[in-house]
This record gives sequence, C-alpha cells and structure tokens, in this order.
Amino acid sequence: MFDNLSEKLQRVFKNLRGEGKLSAENMESALREIRLALLEADVNFRVVKQLIENIKAKAMGEDVLTALSPSQQVIKIVHEELIKILGSHEAKLRFANEPPSVFMIVGLQGSGKTTSAGKLARWLSRNGHRPMLVSVDVYRPAAREQLKVIAKEVGQPIWEGAAEEKLPLDLARSARRECANMGRDVLLVDTAGRLHIDEDLMTELQQLKEQLNPVEILFVADAMTGQDAVKSADEFHKRLGITGIILTKMDGDARGGAALSIRNVTGQPLKFVGVGEKSDAFEPFHPDRAANRILGMGDILSFIEKASEEIDQKKAVEMQRKLIDNEFTLEDFRDQLRQIRKLGPLSGLLDMMPKVGMLKELKDVKVDENEINHVVAIIDSMTPRERDNHMIINGSRRRRIARGSGRSVQEVNQLLKQYAQARKMMKSLSGGFLGRKFGKMKMPAGFPFGNLPGR
Amino acid sequence: MIQTLFGSVEPEPSLLEKLKSGVQKTRAGLVNALEDALQGRKEIDAELLDELESTLISADIGVRTTEEILERIRQRVERHQLADAAELKGMIREQLLEILAASERAPAHVAEPPAVILMVGVNGSGKTTTIGKLAQRLKNEHRSVLLCAADTFRAAAIEQLEVWAERSGAQLVRQGPGSDPSAVVFDAVQAAKARKVDCVIVDTAGRLQTKEHLMAELHKMTRTARKVIPDAPHEVLLVLDATTGQNGLEQARKFTESSGVTGIVLTKLDGTAKGGIVVAIARELNLPIRYVGVGEKVDDLLPFDSETFIESLFEK
Repeated sequence: MFDNLSEKLQRVFKNLRGEGKLSAENMESALREIRLALLEADVNFRVVKQLIENIKAKAMGEDVLTALSPSQQVIKIVHEELIKILGSHEAKLRFANEPPSVFMIVGLQGSGKTTSAGKLARWLSRNGHRPMLVSVDVYRPAAREQLKVIAKEVGQPIWEGAAEEKLPLDLARSARRECANMGRDVLLVDTAGRLHIDEDLMTELQQLKEQLNPVEILFVADAMTGQDAVKSADEFHKRLGITGIILTKMDGDARGGAALSIRNVTGQPLKFVGVGEKSDAFEPFHPDRAANRILGMGDILSFIEKASEEIDQKKAVEMQRKLIDNEFTLEDFRDQLRQIRKLGPLSGLLDMMPKVGMLKELKDVKVDENEINHVVAIIDSMTPRERDNHMIINGSRRRRIARGSGRSVQEVNQLLKQYAQARKMMKSLSGGFLGRKFGKMKMPAGFPFGNLPGR
Repeated sequence: MIQTLFGSVEPEPSLLEKLKSGVQKTRAGLVNALEDALQGRKEIDAELLDELESTLISADIGVRTTEEILERIRQRVERHQLADAAELKGMIREQLLEILAASERAPAHVAEPPAVILMVGVNGSGKTTTIGKLAQRLKNEHRSVLLCAADTFRAAAIEQLEVWAERSGAQLVRQGPGSDPSAVVFDAVQAAKARKVDCVIVDTAGRLQTKEHLMAELHKMTRTARKVIPDAPHEVLLVLDATTGQNGLEQARKFTESSGVTGIVLTKLDGTAKGGIVVAIARELNLPIRYVGVGEKVDDLLPFDSETFIESLFEK
C-alpha cells in the first residue's frame, strides 16, 4: 500500500547527485515525504514535528557525499534520529536484590497482556529464572482461565488463589507469599485491562503497586495503536511510573510508530516485542530494527540473526563446496530445504527482507508453504541412488516417484528439469571468478528460493 | 437521535446521553484542537491549513483523507468561496459527514431466519465482548439468539463466550478447544435453523490480517455457513478498536477481501481515542459503521449514526 520511503526519496533527489549541498529547497519535498511516512506509521504528530525539525537542522548544509546518494544520506539522518528516540541499546529487565522480583503487567484492554505474561514467563524460564504467574483480572469473563491455560502451555506454575480471595489485592498478597514459599524468583502479575481514564481501576493499580513493590511495571502496547498512544501511555506512566514497554502484535503489517510515541512521552525503554501467537514468539526489542520497520525498510538483521542461529554452519560450508564442485545432489537440495523450513514460516522470512532494489519483487510474493513440502515429498520418494544421480530417473521411475509422493508426474518432471538447469548454471559459474566469489558468501546459497517449481 | 440534537423530539434520551458521554472525549479532543487552531484567526493561510492538518491527523483520520479534505478547502479559498476562518469548521464537518453518509447502507435483507452474523477482527479488538452486548441488544428486541463459539484457538475464549451467553440468556453452541471452527459454525447454523432461532452470532478467533492461512479459514467459515443457509452470512462485522491507527485501513481491506465485511463495530470509544480511522475506512472502502462500543457494561453498545457522531464531535 505505501510506497517505500527510500524509493520516494530516491525520486525526490533524482537530480541531486554528487553535487552541491542539501539545502532548504532540495530538502523541502524530501521532508514532506518523511513526514508522511512517519505519520502513516502512526508516529504521533507532535513527535513527527519535533523529528522533522531535528532532521532539517542536521541535514541542512551538509555536503552531498559522493559515496552515498542524497536519498541514502537523508535516510541515514532520519534513521539516526529515530534511534536517538528509541534508545541505542537493548534494555535489560531488572531484578530485586531479594527475591521474588515482582513484575506488574499493565495496559489497555486487548493490548495483549495475558498472552505477553505467558510469553514472558517462558522467556524467563529459558533464561535461568523460576517465574510464577498470577492473574488479578477479576473483571473480564474467563480472564483467569485464560492465564491458567497459557501457564500450562508454557509449563510454569500459576497461583489461583484461595476460593474466598476475590479481590485483586487479596490475590496479589497471597500470590507473593506463595511465590516466596515455593522458591520462585519472579512473580508475574497479570492485571485487568483498563482505560487510562478509568479512575477506579487506575487507583486499584496504584494500590497493587504499593502493596507489591514491583521492580518492573511493564506497559503492554499494541503495535497498531494510532495517535492516542501517547495519551494512554502518558497517563499510565504518571500514575504508576512504568519501567518498560512490551510492544505486541508486531507480526502484522503495522509499522509500529506508536513505539516511538510511547518511548518519547514516557522516556522508558521498550523491552520486548510480541511477534506471533505462539508462546515463543517473543523477542527482546532492537531499536535499530524498529527504526527500519517504521521507515518500511525491512529487517535484514533479524533475518541474518535467525539464519545464523538455525543454520548449521559446517553444513553450509560443505554445501558451498559442493555447489562449486558441482557435486550438489538432490539429497543436498532436500537438506537445504529442510534448513530453510527450520527458519519458520516463509512469509515471516520474506517480511524481514527489505523491499527495495533487487529484492523489490519480493513485495508481493505469496509463498505457498506447501510447495516446499511437496518438493521434499518428491525427493523423499526417490531411492538413495536416484538422489545421488538424477540421470537415472527414467519414465517409470518418475511415475513411481509421483505415486509415492502424491504429486503429479509433471511436478516431478518440473523439479528434475529445474534441478538440472541449476546444476548447469552452477557449473558455468564455478568455472570463472564468479565461482570463487560465490564461494566466499557466508549466507546459505539462494539457489532453492529461485528454483521452486512455480505455479 | 438527529432530531434531539436540534432540540425537537426526545425518543431515547438515555441512549443519546451515553453516546454523548462516550464521544465526549473524542469531541473534547478534536473540537478543542480545532478551536485552538482557529483561535484569533481571520484569514486562511498556509500555516492555518497546516495546523488543521495536524488536528485531523491526530484524530487518526489519516493522511490521505486529511489531504483530500484540505485540498477542497484550498480550492474554495482560491475561488474566493471561502475566506473566513470561522467558516472552516462547518466545512470540515460537512465533508466528514459527507464521507460517512456516502458509506451508509441498510443491512442485508434476511429472507428467512436465522440471520447469521459473523464477527471478525484482529486480536484484542473486542469481538467477544461486543458479541455479548449485541446478544443482549437483540434479546431486548425480543429476538432469540444463538451464540457460536468458533474461536477455538485462544485460551478460554469459549468460557468467556459462555459467560456472555448466560448473562444475556442466549443459547450457545460449542465444541472443544482446538476443534475446527468451520465445524462449529456448521453445527451452530444447523441448530439455529432447526430450533427456529432468529439470529446466530459467530465468534471467531482474533487474527492479524497478514496471516493468509487464517484469513482463508475465515473464508471457509462463510462457505460453511452458506451450505446451510444460502444467503449467509447476512452480516460480517469487523470489530475495530478505536485506538487503532492507520493499520485499521489495511485491516478493513484484508478482512473485506477474505470474508466480505459488511460493516464496522467501533469499540472502546469511551477512552480518549478518537476512532477517526473509520472515516478513512468509510472513504476508501465504503464500509458503514454499524455500532459503537462505549463501555464494559452489557448495554454499552449503541447503533452508529453518522450525523450524531459528527454532530457530537463538533458540538460545543
């Protein structure tokens, strides 16, 4: 829907390259584009105003460098300014000197508090802590059951309170006691969603804070929030003094400009982002990545990090050698597909790619997750000998493979044809200097991506 | 309700009061800001238009819609049809009204009950709560209601709907967690048909519009309902949180593509959020706003009326 900001800026600066300075005149339409991009990303308009001022001041009179195009230069300035607001490093959680550390989770209705509580419990348990959950949401129907189910899912204990404990304060008190008794070191208190202008419920939160003396009060905010984000965050901060922010629903296509607004108005760091419905879809917040996303520039860093986490380096090196020496068999191909599979849903991976330049075509690519499964199924149905040497796969073998994999003979043919073509291509590449260049690439080769049987 | 605003008849004073108080903060925000912008100005200059732009954008009305409105104002200024800053407010009001009025549409005709209403939306927008309130509303109109617990994914979603069914005295059709939502829809619609219920409300799991397989699942639910009742679902309501920013437009677009949204329910309008994104949605997708949620109580769901909405938005 939105044109990418960097594309727009490229157009703006079409005629300004390697000459002159960034000036009021040539910056004017660029600033307008930046402003629109930030507003469409739901950054609060006051924050936008302030940002634009800063960017203007910084850019004005700067020499147009020859190394960077003017648009890149401006993007760099914008990026730096965004990072300045978002904070330049990862913010860590704080823990009490004497356990249990109490974390209160607060926010508006539907922002994702209960889900985040579960995810945080899982994250803590993976990072050497022993969390316990408690829900003090006595208002929303089935809220406490929801946390109970989630607690079970992430395998962490939950305090359900005694039958006579019906009030948030009572539940919190007994939970704290129980937490200490059971030797759990973090108590996660899931509170009821409330509007920041709901006097009674905000007072209740203040009472909970007084009683529990939490080390962290985490404000859960929906990445899709618009201009109102500043008001609610500000009010929660004024009343409670929040210590960090969890930004949820970042797996959608919202740009998450609210993060900038909330960070700006509260001065508190973003600590985590929720990136999916599963309990492990929860990551520490990275300011630079968020800045890229707000500008619609993809998240190549997350992709590389994910790839290096999941992909077996030794195997990757071996794969490259095989590619170059033209020993790449169908077996290797299958291995590679499986490695890609480990990275998670393909659409998620594509989302992380910047949608500019060479990769622009990816913007509207729809990946059918099943296609990889189909290809793997076809290769699975081959004998080891066939995988080793595709030349022996004749007509009757093809029919057998098709039957075995539940795919059509045409699909088998297509796969074999593309595999043969790719091998041929590799052979010609590995002959010249390109082959050596290719060999230095640290990333898993892009071969399978481009050669999936298309529809 | 329109008439009450002009001080003639008073059919439902309590409803109006509620809507008013619900929109109060919206109004306070937009009107104050507009008035701040207009304060002491006589001439319409670029600076004033810039401020108006900020005002509209801060209500989440969106850049495009805002620009369109401002462009028309600029044109009129150029043609000397508009010179006085004081007239600006009326003109903006008129344009917002025009956009909302153009998207108004009567609900589909239900040839033979049950009417099937499908509730869709992103996670946490307030679908289940809205269903509870809607069930109560229909009950008050002496219509029988059956709730269908097709959110089989979120933890305790079924239990939550169960509580609402009890509160509003509606029937409930459910299966276990993790079961196929389309199967639950099939059961519910069939049961409703057999029991001659007036209205089936289907609760679906919240889903982000970018998850294509989940959007496909919604499409399947509509097809399933159609197997029992050919013209179902009669109404597909997108539940939208008033705090939603520009992403709301994408939500409306994608949900319309997959499940044929016929209207919007704007929830959480009792906060300070202005819900201006519905104007952008009305403009770009022509979707009418059916109801607004203005509180957590069972009767805090009100029918939307664009004139009342805008009127109270600009009322002093």
